[in-house]
Amino acid sequence: MLTLHCPHCGTLAAETELTAGGEAHLKRFGPGSDDDSFEGYLFMRENPKGVHFERWRHSYGCGKWFIAARCTATLEVFGTYPAQSSAPPQHIRDAITARRPGWGWRDLA
Amino acid sequence: MAEARAMDVVVAPAAPLGMITLRGDLAALAPVCAAVTGAAMPGVRKAEVSGGRGIVWMSSDEVLLLVAPADVAGALAQIGTALAGQHHLAVDVSDARAAFTLTGPAAREALGKLTPTDLRPTAFGPGDARRSHLGQVAAAFWMAQGGAVTVVCFRSVADYMLELLRVSVAAGPVGYA
Repeated sequence: MLTLHCPHCGTLAAETELTAGGEAHLKRFGPGSDDDSFEGYLFMRENPKGVHFERWRHSYGCGKWFIAARCTATLEVFGTYPAQSSAPPQHIRDAITARRPGWGWRDLA
Repeated sequence: MAEARAMDVVVAPAAPLGMITLRGDLAALAPVCAAVTGAAMPGVRKAEVSGGRGIVWMSSDEVLLLVAPADVAGALAQIGTALAGQHHLAVDVSDARAAFTLTGPAAREALGKLTPTDLRPTAFGPGDARRSHLGQVAAAFWMAQGGAVTVVCFRSVADYMLELLRVSVAAGPVGYA
């Protein structure tokens, strides 16, 4: 079972207490954007075997959103941080680099 | 195979509680919470409850206030006056929730079979509060100083909760120890 640390209330939340919210760090392209950008925002998602960033909601607990950096192949969790972050904080990137040297995800590395 | 033994815990519906959900900046809410409940603002994942009055931490911007059922209207008026002009939300949820008590040394194990929450004595003790799920329904619970646990869930699932707790007790201890 996937167990994630909720950065808001500080408990370890089991997967059954969480709601998956899809890929993290999407940039919204709304009215006025060109068709390719809008299509990318709406439909194009990463599907990596390895490092991935996902939004999760601690729905049975404090009800807050957070982002988890984890490996889709091994279920290893590199860290979690509040959803009020436009990019992964440095300590999360360092934790990933320590475990997966040379990792890349979208335009992050 | 060991014979299933009922555990040393009594499950019962709690005495009626007046419950108010209060959301806002917790630091700014602390004075009026203290005035209404007579309790100090609890820390993260803590409960300050005694004799059916108190405050339970629900999230970083939400607390559950417990008062006598007859005092709810007065408490809401007091909160409205004290927080006038300040961003907050206060709702009487007494009738929307049901509460149960688990009394006895095995309360921890009866709960532990139903929730993924870490209930080891080092992780969850008197004064601690958690929100999680018991069986299939959402619930909040906290432990009083004597070790008794109060469980709060939606009233719409109160029957399920009572039976769930009773079945958990009747099925006997897991016996890991």
